[in-house]
Order: sequence, then structure tokens, then C-alpha cells
Amino acid sequence: MSIEWYLVLAALLFAIGAGGILVRRNPVVILLCLELMLSAGALAILSFSRMLGDGDGQVFVLIVLVVAACEVVVGLGLVVAMFRRRIPLDVDETTELRG
Amino acid sequence: MTTASWAWLVLLFPLLGSMVIAFGFRRLPDRTAGIIGSTAIGLAFIAGIGTLLGLLSEPSESRHVASSLWEYAGVGDLRVDLGIFVDPLAVFMVLVVTGVSFLIHVYSTAYMESDQGYSRFFSYLNFFVFSMLLLVLAGNFVLLIIGWAFVGFASYALISFWYRRTTATAAGMKAFVINVVGDIGLVLAAILIFRELGVLDYEAVFDAAPKVFSTDQWTVVAICLLLLVGAFAKSAQLPFHTWLADAMEGPTPVSSLIHAATMVTAGVYLVARTWPLFELAPAAANVAAIVGVVTLLVAGTIALVVTDLKRIIAYSTMSQIGYMFLAVGIGAYSAGMFHLMTHAFFKALLFMAAGSIIAVMANDQNIDRMRGLGKALPFTAAMLVIGSLALSGFPFTSGWFSKDEILDFALYRGGWYTILAIAGYVGAFMTALYAFRIVFRILPGRPCPEAEELIETGHVAHGEAVNPANGQPEDYEVGYPGKEHHIAEQSPGMRFGMLPLGVLALIAGFLQVPGVTEVVTKFLEPTFEGSSLAAIHPPVSKAWLGLLNGGVIAVVGIAFAWVFWVRRPAIPGSLRQKFHPLYELFVHKWYFDELIHAVIVRPVLAFGDFCNRVVEPFVVGGIVTGTTSLVRSAGALVRDLQSGMIRAYASLMVVGAIAVVLFLLLRGG
Amino acid sequence: MVEIAFFAGAAGAIGGALAVVLLKNPFYSVLALVVHLVFLAGIFLLLRAQFLAAAQIVVYAGAVMVIYVFVAAYVGGIEEPAFDAHPRLRIFGPIVAAALFIEISIAVAGSALVGIGTEGPQDIPDDFGTPAAVGRMLLDDFLIAFEAASILLLLAAVAAIVLAGRRGSQTQEGT
Repeated sequence: MSIEWYLVLAALLFAIGAGGILVRRNPVVILLCLELMLSAGALAILSFSRMLGDGDGQVFVLIVLVVAACEVVVGLGLVVAMFRRRIPLDVDETTELRG
Repeated sequence: MTTASWAWLVLLFPLLGSMVIAFGFRRLPDRTAGIIGSTAIGLAFIAGIGTLLGLLSEPSESRHVASSLWEYAGVGDLRVDLGIFVDPLAVFMVLVVTGVSFLIHVYSTAYMESDQGYSRFFSYLNFFVFSMLLLVLAGNFVLLIIGWAFVGFASYALISFWYRRTTATAAGMKAFVINVVGDIGLVLAAILIFRELGVLDYEAVFDAAPKVFSTDQWTVVAICLLLLVGAFAKSAQLPFHTWLADAMEGPTPVSSLIHAATMVTAGVYLVARTWPLFELAPAAANVAAIVGVVTLLVAGTIALVVTDLKRIIAYSTMSQIGYMFLAVGIGAYSAGMFHLMTHAFFKALLFMAAGSIIAVMANDQNIDRMRGLGKALPFTAAMLVIGSLALSGFPFTSGWFSKDEILDFALYRGGWYTILAIAGYVGAFMTALYAFRIVFRILPGRPCPEAEELIETGHVAHGEAVNPANGQPEDYEVGYPGKEHHIAEQSPGMRFGMLPLGVLALIAGFLQVPGVTEVVTKFLEPTFEGSSLAAIHPPVSKAWLGLLNGGVIAVVGIAFAWVFWVRRPAIPGSLRQKFHPLYELFVHKWYFDELIHAVIVRPVLAFGDFCNRVVEPFVVGGIVTGTTSLVRSAGALVRDLQSGMIRAYASLMVVGAIAVVLFLLLRGG
Repeated sequence: MVEIAFFAGAAGAIGGALAVVLLKNPFYSVLALVVHLVFLAGIFLLLRAQFLAAAQIVVYAGAVMVIYVFVAAYVGGIEEPAFDAHPRLRIFGPIVAAALFIEISIAVAGSALVGIGTEGPQDIPDDFGTPAAVGRMLLDDFLIAFEAASILLLLAAVAAIVLAGRRGSQTQEGT
């Protein structure tokens, strides 16, 4: 398989994730869509790594995994905190930062 | 152990002591801070002796060691090591500093015993000793500046030690500000040195200087003058001297250690350390000598008329440092350093005795109120007399040998230096006069009430806790001056601190008997190797003649003092009447404070006022208001974008990304 | 053979991703993401990233998704009325996503990347992508990144405790 297939797949997954963020309102699902985008990015990096035959990209992806894990932890912490305070789990309802 | 390791140990112990006390004071049991502090300095002194022995075991031409721990800073061509430079001069200073500091630490353990800030005091004091040793041992100008600034800070912290006392905090700020002016001079000197020579290590600078500079070339003169600005500010020489008298607001051991024995002599050390530069710039060296002489005369006249005990001694310190500057300015380096050492002994001793006396007087420092203390305080009185004898240069005391060696040298160089020497003798006469003014006014006579109480009941008077300077009530919480007063007669610790200094003040002069011992000159010789001026030695016969002159002047001065203040107490009053304008001039400290106020403070204040009235509302205010209104109106335009809707933000981001990629695609086409 | 594996994996990954976005119940979305990640791990294997494929499954599909499942269960299966609040976004979102995909695809296809049209160099070392190789790089060349990542994880853990931790009075107010 030539490399551009992988890259196009990554682009597709990234676009699906981005679209998901735009259309969904549940913060948990939005976080899931973020995961989709991150893993699409990881896939792209891995493709480039394979393309160049250089293993450095794999370390990058590992760090991306770490960042994703952190983001999950903080994001889900926020979701739990919202739930505890009876804040509706709907990003359209939480607009306190309106200017 | 190598010499360098000993020298690093000298630095380590006070730093360790300071840190342990500073971070552990809550855990330390009652009053252990004093023991830790004193032990640290004692160990530093022992390490100093180790350094000395290590150095002496070398042949005299290789008696210098440079050692570096690591590179402290490296930028471009600039390489600064965290390095020390050990040579006889540095070791000499290390021994003086650690030795005197140790005795004063022991004295302080007793003197400060009832102070609330006991641990803080010892932490500061150890930090000061560390900074001073860093200054002395520094191997390059950068580390010198660091030590220089550190001692400035330590001095500030200790002058303002009783920080609820408004006069003390004001004095601390004054000292700090004037010292910073000096720091700027020093920093500029270092920058010039680096620009001209490209190096900052002492050895490299002194090697390169004669090759790059010709004698009295303007750059080297400028460097030396800038160094002198730093030296004068630190050593309280004209016109940077006004902070020293105010610094007496600090606790008496601080006055003794920092503002008499060690820190204020740093300027002298600096000139002696950088002698290769000063020999290339005789003009600057002459400035140092002249300023020293002027200072010693001015300070001497002020010391004759002020009535605050500690301030008299402070002005005498300025005057004695004037002698040292005269010495290093004319090339009598070893004589200057020797005077620095003996001065450290007798001046520290005088301050310690003053501390004891002030404690008896319930913190009143006015000598007009002191009478008949000789009977009440026999030990303190003996020490005060010893200190005064050494200060006035009474024959065979340490001050006689050291001060008159400087004046001999000036006389021997001849030419216009003779004038400086004669002025020095005039100063010596005044020194004897004011030294024994203290002795004759406060020791004999009918005891004042406080002294009487001490004689009869053995209790030290307490008095009212009021600041004599401005009448504000004192705050015991920050210690001033502690609920209990401590005098040497009742505190073994204070006696232990004073006695060795008393002995040294009497006999230390025999280290340097012309033609006989001359230990100091011989020891310091390797440092001043190659100096054309240091090689000049007055012949032994002339040296003894000079000593004879000095001795006669001292004895005559003391005799005059006896006539003035014991035999015919009316004379000073009538003299004061007769020379009223002069008296006014002296008692107002030659109006230096007022002069500085008029020349510097007032214009600066006026400029600040101008900025406040004109620049601030119109220029700054206009810019700021304009900017804020601009931002505000711009914000109003885009405020609606800030909807608080996460998905709206996300849409904008994605659209933005699409736009960016589209742009790149089209451009890359 | 590789082609079959790739397309199978790609189909699974895309299907999983679409399911994540389209399923109404967040709980099912989480499970769909697990499916997606497993297939994606297969594609990682095709790119000779064995270690990362394993890490993807163990850490991501295993550990991280457990937290998701837990949270989704905790907050309850709140079924949102699909795409109703902002009809504009319902249409706008997919369009934007499609535009993004097309743009990136054009960029990839039209770029002058060295590997385009090839399968990448064949002479890569045998241990490419093995745990040993990745680990060696991680502890040799990327030690600082590694340490920074560990600190980041610690921070995130602390942050999660602060965010979601029980704070006495507020919790009582809530209950």
C-alpha cells in the first residue's frame, strides 16, 4: 500500500472527528471526537515515520498518547464536576463566558 | 588538604551557619543560634589558618592559588568562573575578618541575649561574614561585585535590624542607596575593564593591564576612578560618608563588626587588591590619597563636637579609614593593610565597650549624661582606655606603629605628599583629642544616677523605652533593645569577646617594629611583587623618627584633652563661644547632609513632582486612556463573536483551518 | 494481502468513527470508539509500529476507554435529541468536515513528499517499531520529552482530583 492511502485515511478520520465536534452537544461525545482527531493525527505521524524510515515519529505518537490521556483525565473531570453541580451536560447550555 | 580547599572551607562554614539558622530557627532550641553562628565563624577562622599554613609552605614566588568550582556564566567572549584567588593579601583579610568576627559573635551571644530577633540576628551576621569573605576571596571582578552587593545587603538588613524603629529603617535605606551608587561605579569599572582587556579574572587583568594601558591613559584612570567610587561609598569617604553615622542605629555589635572592623575597610582592600591598575593611574591614586586626607580631617573635626557616643566612634572610623586610603593611595600598601588590622582590633574593642556603657545608660548614647562610669564599670573602662590609647597612637600600642608607618611613608615620598603627611599629623592630634574626650568625660567624676544604681545595687537601669532620636516609643517585640541590658561586667561572653581584642590592641603593633620584625610587610610582599611604590621603604632611622613624632603628638593631644575636660572644663565652652561659626559647621557635620539634599534629593524630587503633575496626567494618561478607549471600542465591535458557545468557537477554528489550508493550496498552486 | 488488511482496517476504523459521531447514546459512542481504535491498531501494524499498536490497544482501548465507560455510565445515558438545537450547525458541520477532508486529500496527493506513491523505504532496520527500539529512543534522544510527559500526566492527575474531587459543602448543597 502506498503511503498516501494512509494519509487520506488519516484526513478522513480527522474530518469525521471535526464534524462530530460541530454537530454533537454532549461533552462526553465531544471528548470522544477529540480522541478521533488525535488518533488521526497519530496515524498521519506514523505514516510519515514509515515513509522516511525514521523511528522518531513513533516516539512522537507515544507522546501524543500521553497528551490524549491527560486531556481525557481533565475533560472527564470537568464532565463529572458539571454533573455533580447539576449543570446540564450540554455544551450549548454552558455559555457563562459570553462576552 | 590543599590551600584552595581550605579557602573554600572558609567560605562554606559561614554560609552553612547562616542557612542552618535561617531555615531551622523554628526548630532550634532557645538561643542555639548564637552557638551555631559562633561555631561556624570559629571554624572559618581555623580554616583560614589552614589556608595561611598552606600558603606559607609554598616558596614566596608561587604564593598564590586560583581555584574554580564551575563556570558561573559564559556569554560570548565572557567567561566567568565561580573562582577564588588566594594570596597573602586575601589570607590576611580572611584572618582579620574571621578572627574579629568570631570575637564579636561571642560578644553578641551575650549582648543580644534578650532580643526577640536573636536567631535572625545571627543568621544575618553569618551571612555578612560569608559575603565579606566572598568579597575578599573572589577570583574575578564579577564575584567581587557579588560579594560587594551581598555585604551591602547584610549591612542594610542589620542596620534596620530593629525594623519598627523608624530611624533605623531610614538609616538602613540611606546606607543601601549610597552603597548602590558605589556598586554602580564598581560595575561600570568592571564593564570598562572587560571592554578594554576582555578578561575579568584578577591574574589575567593584572597581566594584561601594563601591556594594554600606558601610564595615566584616560581609560585606566577612568577605571580606577570608578573603582574609587565603589570604594568610597563602601568605606564612607567623602562625599559618600553620610550613611555611616546613621548606620549606628543598628545594634552595637553590628556597628562593631560591619561599620568599624570589616565591611567599611573593603574599599581599602579593593584599592590594595587592584594596585596594578592604580600604579598605572597615579592620578587616580592621588585622588584616593587626597580624599582620604580630607575625610580624615573632616571626620576628625566632627568627632570633636558630636555628643552621641557611637557617632563619635563612627566618625573616628571614617577618619581612620581616611588614613588607610592615604596609605594605599601613596603606595604604602602593607602599611595600609596593617593599619586596617590594628584598626579592626581597637575599633571593634571601642564599640564593644560602648555597647556595655550604653546598656548601663539604658540606651542613652549622649555622653553629656555619662559621668563617673569608671568606678561602676571597671572592666569596660579599662578596655575603653586601651582602645582609646591605641586609637590615638600612644607609644607602643598597635595604633602607634600602624598609623605612623603610613605618615612616615608619605613624608618619605616627599614633594607635595609632605602636605598630606602634615595634614595626617593634624588629624592624629585631633584623634587623640576626641578619643580622650570620651574617656575623660565619661569615666571620672561623680557617678551619674545610672552608674550609682549599678554600684549600689548591682542592677542595670532600665529607663524608658523611647527612641532618643525622635521620642517614639520602642517596640520590644522586634527586640529593641531587649528587655534586659547586658554589660561586660556581668556577662562572661562579652568579656571573652573583648579581652583578646584588648590584648591585641595593645601588642599587635610589635608585629611591625621598623627594622626589627616587619612581619606584615614581609608576609604581604608576594602580593605586591613588582610594585615600584611598595618597594620604597623609609630607612629605619627615619621610621623611628616618625614614630617619635607620632608619639609626641599623641601624648600632647591626650594632655590637651586632660586639660580641656578634666582640669579646666570651662575651656571647651569658651572655645565654643569664640569659634561659634566653626562649631556650628562641625556639629552640623559640615552640612553634608544638607548639601546632598540640595544638590541631589531636591532636584530629583522636583523632577518627580514635575512628572507627577505634567507627564503623568497628560502624556502617560493620554496614551493610556487613548489605548484603553481604542481597545474598548475594538472590543465592542467583536464582542458578539464571544458567544460562550463552544461549538461556535470550534466552527470558527475549523473554518479558519480550512481557510489557511486553502490559502496554502492556492499559493502553492 | 496488505491491501485487504488495509481496507478491512480502514473500513472498520471509518465505521467506528462514524458510529461515534452518529450514535445517540454516549455509552454506545464509547464502545464504537473502542472498535475504531482496535481497527486503527491494525493499521498501525501495517505501518510497522508494533509497539504503538499494542500500546493503542492496552492503554487506549483498554485503560482510557474504561474511564470513558465509567463516566458515561456515571452521568447516565443522556440521549440527546439528535441534532436539533442548532439546525444551522447540523448542515454546516458536515459540510465543513467534508471541505476539510477534501482539502487535506488534495494537499496530500498534490504534495511532493518523497514517499508519495511508494510504500516507504524497504531497508529499514529489523527492530523498527519494536518496544526495544522505541524504548531506546525514548530514553536516549527524547529523555526530556519523556520526563516532561510524565510531569504532564502527574499534573493531569492532580487536576482531575481537584476538578472532580468531593468538596464538602458544595456536595452537600448538591445532594
